[in-house]
Amino acid sequence: MTYTFDFWPVLERWPLLLKGTLVTLELTLITTALGILLGSVGAVLRTGGPRPVRAFVAVYVEVIRNTPLLIQAYFLIFGLASAGLRLPILFGAALALTINVAAYTTEIVRAGIESIHRGQTEAAECLGLSRLQVYLHVIIRPALERVYPSLASQYVLLMLFSSIVSAVGVDELFGMANRIQSDTFRNFEVFVVVGAIYLVLSVVVRFGFWLVGQALFPRRRKLGTAL
Amino acid sequence: MNPVFVLSLFDGLLNTVILSLLTYLFGGLVGLAVALGRISPSKPVRLVASTYIQIIQGIPLLVLMGFGFFGPSILGFGNVSALAAATIAMSIYSSAYLGEIWRGCLQAVAKPQWEAAECLGLSRVQRMTRIIIPQAVRIAIPPTVGFMVQIIKNTSVASLVVGYGELTYNAKIINNATFQPFVYFGLAGILYFLVCYPLSELSRMMERRLNVASR
Repeated sequence: MTYTFDFWPVLERWPLLLKGTLVTLELTLITTALGILLGSVGAVLRTGGPRPVRAFVAVYVEVIRNTPLLIQAYFLIFGLASAGLRLPILFGAALALTINVAAYTTEIVRAGIESIHRGQTEAAECLGLSRLQVYLHVIIRPALERVYPSLASQYVLLMLFSSIVSAVGVDELFGMANRIQSDTFRNFEVFVVVGAIYLVLSVVVRFGFWLVGQALFPRRRKLGTAL
Repeated sequence: MNPVFVLSLFDGLLNTVILSLLTYLFGGLVGLAVALGRISPSKPVRLVASTYIQIIQGIPLLVLMGFGFFGPSILGFGNVSALAAATIAMSIYSSAYLGEIWRGCLQAVAKPQWEAAECLGLSRVQRMTRIIIPQAVRIAIPPTVGFMVQIIKNTSVASLVVGYGELTYNAKIINNATFQPFVYFGLAGILYFLVCYPLSELSRMMERRLNVASR
């Protein structure tokens, strides 16, 4: 091995790395909130909506889950641009990521909803809860609680895959990595540093999910396990 | 729609399939080692295997593509082709996920089977190859087929850092020339779907059958 590593030119550009990291976190945060919201709505419609709506959600989920995110992002962002609709690039990227992750979330939450025992909703109806109350407190919340570990893994993946939107020109962490590469030609060092940052970010996202879970699901906190 | 461009998409699809198969082969071999390492009786081996999984699952595939592309020349192997770089990156990436899937399948084989094998005086290797793995394979087939879909989709990332001429890469090039993103990215998406959807369905069908069989 004759290669001499030189990390200094990369580390020296830490403001770029910091900025990229913040954009990645911002994208992840927005997309996670929207993804879980839309995914939960999707799961409810998929299990209890009118027949045409159920079919529509099913098609949406299958199309998204069986095509690559990169193609979806190109299709959406370049497509809308060619139709004369020029979205701010960060907005377009967040839209593409949300459409993608909401499909996976729909599938995960659907599994949670289907695991809720019929007797639970019947009991809630007997107690005189409104339809909305039944959905919110007896179906969606316990369903999310049961599938929470899968959701956390899915959103760690989302954070990692958000690096793909650098391909449409978003200056998130990987986009900044590309810039630093062309400045310094220290390709390998750039990937080592950026890989380490992503590793830390994935721990951060996991920890964030754990914290939110503690606040959202007190029963889980007391029992130490899901129901 | 220009027939030359459509043909070029099919050309890209062929390269996607080639990269996917190579990934399955090498990623599967490393993944098997990772799965066995995760349940090894030796603590250091288990630690190495689980650290490997933690690291790979915490890094984006794009970064691994960078390692696959620039790593070999640093290790003194000279420059590698785009296909070789993509295969290295995809195999490392998939091995961590396959390893974790297969560990679950190995551990899903009922405990008495492990104990009975031990009581019969089989060696560790015999126990794995004759008793446990044949039963684990049946459990592993549905999720393994399902993961094939992930691999095919993930090969699209090889168009970025290493510039391997697979389906997404060709679609991008065509779009740069024609500025018809809805047409060509749409067509590329349909091609991906036509390959991935049957595999997804197959995986689901086999899973249902397995659940019925073991009930």
